[in-house]
Amino acid sequence: MNEAATLPFWAEIVVSAFVLLGASLALIGTIGLARLPTFFERLHAPTLGTSWGTGAMVIASMIFFTVTSGRPVFHEILIGIFVTVTTPVTLMLLAQSALHRERAEGNPDVPASVSRTPAPDSDPNEA
Amino acid sequence: MTVLPYPLLTASLLLMWMTLNSFSIGHFILGAIIATVASWAMAALRPAKPHLRKWYLLPKLLGIVLYDIVRSNIAVVGIILTGRTRTRRSGFMTIHIELKDTTALALLAVILTSTPGTAWLEYNSSDGTLLMHVLDLIEEQEWTDLVKNRYERLLMEIFE
Repeated sequence: MNEAATLPFWAEIVVSAFVLLGASLALIGTIGLARLPTFFERLHAPTLGTSWGTGAMVIASMIFFTVTSGRPVFHEILIGIFVTVTTPVTLMLLAQSALHRERAEGNPDVPASVSRTPAPDSDPNEA
Repeated sequence: MTVLPYPLLTASLLLMWMTLNSFSIGHFILGAIIATVASWAMAALRPAKPHLRKWYLLPKLLGIVLYDIVRSNIAVVGIILTGRTRTRRSGFMTIHIELKDTTALALLAVILTSTPGTAWLEYNSSDGTLLMHVLDLIEEQEWTDLVKNRYERLLMEIFE
């Protein structure tokens, strides 16, 4: 890339640090997705990628294009906003279907549905 | 019907339009037209209008959340990399949420989801019970305090 050659040294360091941070978080999240033992624990791993994984990449991109093009470039922040706002939708769908499946199978570790039982502190073993 | 039913939405759309294209007079005019028409479309859907009472507390909330996300990122990375499964206990917990405002609840869901280590699973709007899953459930009371005192109180101040 031609633009990369014009990047000053300090910016090279900062941009590569953020790219590495984002990539590492995405990688660790993926490892967690593969290695954590239960579905509900695995739900937590990809959020590394959707929170600071995306965040670090977006920051790196903003710094790179701001420095190389000589004008403030910050439309990448929209990617961060939309990823953050839409993640709960997917996560809740996955979680609810998993809860439904576990309850249908009668798994004793999964608490009873809060929308059906009015008592909030119902014994999870009764499920 | 007022000309601008959702001034904040219109302004955000215009800003987004100009960020994606360029900051010029032409794109300002085009963006303003599109943003205004879009806010009329939004008004036609008649969503519940959120009432921001103390909007100046939003940056404080954003700061707290960004800081917490960094902290929990580090915590979850530690859990995954060290792979300590015997000392760690993950589990479900229920919290009674007093927030009623739907926008505030949506924000709370976004916060809890974006924070690795906590996941919003189920919410019962009639009695305000929230079922969530926590990756590192050492002290249930600590997590309850975090949600109730750190996020919910601030959200209540902003929206209710």
